[in-house]
Amino acid sequence: MPTLFQLKDVGFEYEGIPALDGLSLDMAEGESIAVLGANGSGKSTLLRILDALCFSSRGSVFFRGQSLTQELFRQDGYAISFRRQVALVFQNPDAQLFNPTVFDEVAFGPLQLRRPREQVLAKVAATLELLKIAHLRDRPPYRLSGGEKKRVALASVIVLEPEVLLLDEPTAALDPRSQSQIIDLIQEWKGAAKTVITATNQLEIVEDIASRVVVLEEGRVAASGGPAEILSNQELLLRANLVHAHRHSHGTYVHSHPHMHSHSKHKH
Amino acid sequence: MSRQGFIASTTVGFARALSRALMSEEIAREHGLLQALDPRVRLLGLFALILAVTLAHRLTVVLALFLVALLIAVLSKVSIETLAKRVLLVALVFTGIIALPAVFVTPGDPIATLPGGVQVSRQGLAAAVLLIARVVTAVTFATLSMLCTEWTHVLKALNSFRLPRELTAMLAMTHRYVFLLVEIAGQMLESRQSRTVGRLSGAEQRRMAARTAGVLLSKSVALSNDVYLAMQSRGFQGEFYILRDFRMKPLDYAGLFAFLCASIVAIWMGR
Repeated sequence: MPTLFQLKDVGFEYEGIPALDGLSLDMAEGESIAVLGANGSGKSTLLRILDALCFSSRGSVFFRGQSLTQELFRQDGYAISFRRQVALVFQNPDAQLFNPTVFDEVAFGPLQLRRPREQVLAKVAATLELLKIAHLRDRPPYRLSGGEKKRVALASVIVLEPEVLLLDEPTAALDPRSQSQIIDLIQEWKGAAKTVITATNQLEIVEDIASRVVVLEEGRVAASGGPAEILSNQELLLRANLVHAHRHSHGTYVHSHPHMHSHSKHKH
Repeated sequence: MSRQGFIASTTVGFARALSRALMSEEIAREHGLLQALDPRVRLLGLFALILAVTLAHRLTVVLALFLVALLIAVLSKVSIETLAKRVLLVALVFTGIIALPAVFVTPGDPIATLPGGVQVSRQGLAAAVLLIARVVTAVTFATLSMLCTEWTHVLKALNSFRLPRELTAMLAMTHRYVFLLVEIAGQMLESRQSRTVGRLSGAEQRRMAARTAGVLLSKSVALSNDVYLAMQSRGFQGEFYILRDFRMKPLDYAGLFAFLCASIVAIWMGR
C-alpha cells in the first residue's frame, strides 16, 4: 500500500521540554494504527503534527509525498484540501465544541470547508442519526454529559468524511457502554477502508481498533508490530509504563506479575 | 460572609451566568421582529439608534427612544423583566455613581439643600438624569441586539462589515472560552467546598480567590490554544461560514429604512 505519512527524525519541544525526540515512522494508506504510550510519551503531539496543527522543530513530515510546512498552510487552497482529507478528534471534547447547538457544531466543519449548503444539511442529519444523537440536535454542547460530548465531537469530525481519521484517547473517561459504542464506530470506519490512527493507553481496546500498534516511549518509537505481538511483550509494556507490577497473595504464597485494568473486564 | 456563603454564592453566580447565556441563545431563535430581520440590519440599525441616543441633548427625545426600545423588545419577544435585569444593574448603579457628583457640583438654580449645606441644583439634577437616561437607553438597544442575534450570526455580520478576520476569530474564541472558564471555575469551587471544614477567615477567602484566579489564568492559556487548534483542524481560517445565507429581503430594506429614519429624526430633534 502507498505511504500516507512519513516522519523522519521528527523533534518537537514545548518550552524547552521535548515531546517528540527523533521520531521516525511510516504509515500506509488504509492502515488502522494504535499509538500506545503512557501519559507524556508524545501521543497527542504526534497526532497534532499529523494534523498539521503544529510543525516539527526538526526533521520532516510528509503527507502523500508532500512535505508539510507552515508556509504551505498559509495557502488557503492547500489548507482546505488537507483539512478535507485529514481530521482529528481531540482528547478534551470541551476544546472542540464551541457552537450554540449540537446541529451547528456538526455543521461547522463542512461549512468552513465550503461544502454546498444542501449537502451539509443532509449530511449533518445523517451523521446525527448514525451516532444516535439526533435527539440532542438543539441542545448546547457544553450542557451535555461526558459521553454525549465525546459522541458530538466524533460526529463533528466524521461528518467531514475524512480519508484519514486521527483519534486522541477516544474512549478515555467513558462508561463501558459509551466506550463500546465508540469502538463499534471506529470498526465501521475500518470497514470503509479509511485510515484510522488512534492514540490511547487503554490496552484492552487495541485489538478491536488496530491492525498495527506503535509504542511510543519518551517521544520516540519504542516498537511497532501486530497487536498480538506487542501485547504479549510484557517487558516492553512494563518499560513503556503501559502495565504495572502487581503484588498479591494466594493463601500464604505471595507473588507479583504484570497487570492491566479494563473497565469492562479485569485482566490478569 | 461565611465560608458556605462565599463559595456557594460564587458557584451559584457561575451557574447563573451560564443559564443567562443559554437563555440569550433561546431568545435569538424566537420568531420576533428583530429576529426576522437580517443580522446586518439588526446590528447596523440598533447601532444607529445608539448613536442617536448619545447625540441627543433633550431628555424627551431620549425617553422617546427608550419607549421605542421597549416596543422593539416586546415585538421581539424579549420579556421586560429579562431586559430590566440585564440593563438596570449596569446602567443605574454604575452610571448613578458617576452621575451623582454632578447633582451637587453643577452650578445653577438651587432646588434643595441637604444637611451640611450641600445644594442640589436644577441644572445638575437635569444633567444627571439625562446621563442616566442616555446610558439606560443605549444599553437597552445594545442588549437587544445581543439577545436577538445568535453569536455566530453576529460574527458573520461583523465579517461582512469588513472587520479584520483576526478580530472575529478572537471574538469567537473568547465567547467559547468564557463558557469553559466559568465551568472550570465552578468545578474548582465545588471541589474546594467539598474539602473545606470549618469557617474561613476573610484573609483566607481572599487568598483562595487569588489562587483560583491564578490557576484559571494559567489554564486559560492552554485552553485557548486548544480551542483555536480544534477550530483550525475543521477548516476554520478566520472567516465564518454559517448555514444561513445573509440575503436582504424587502422586510430588511424596510427595517433598515425605519431604523435610519428614526435615528435621523431623533438626532435632529435632540439637538
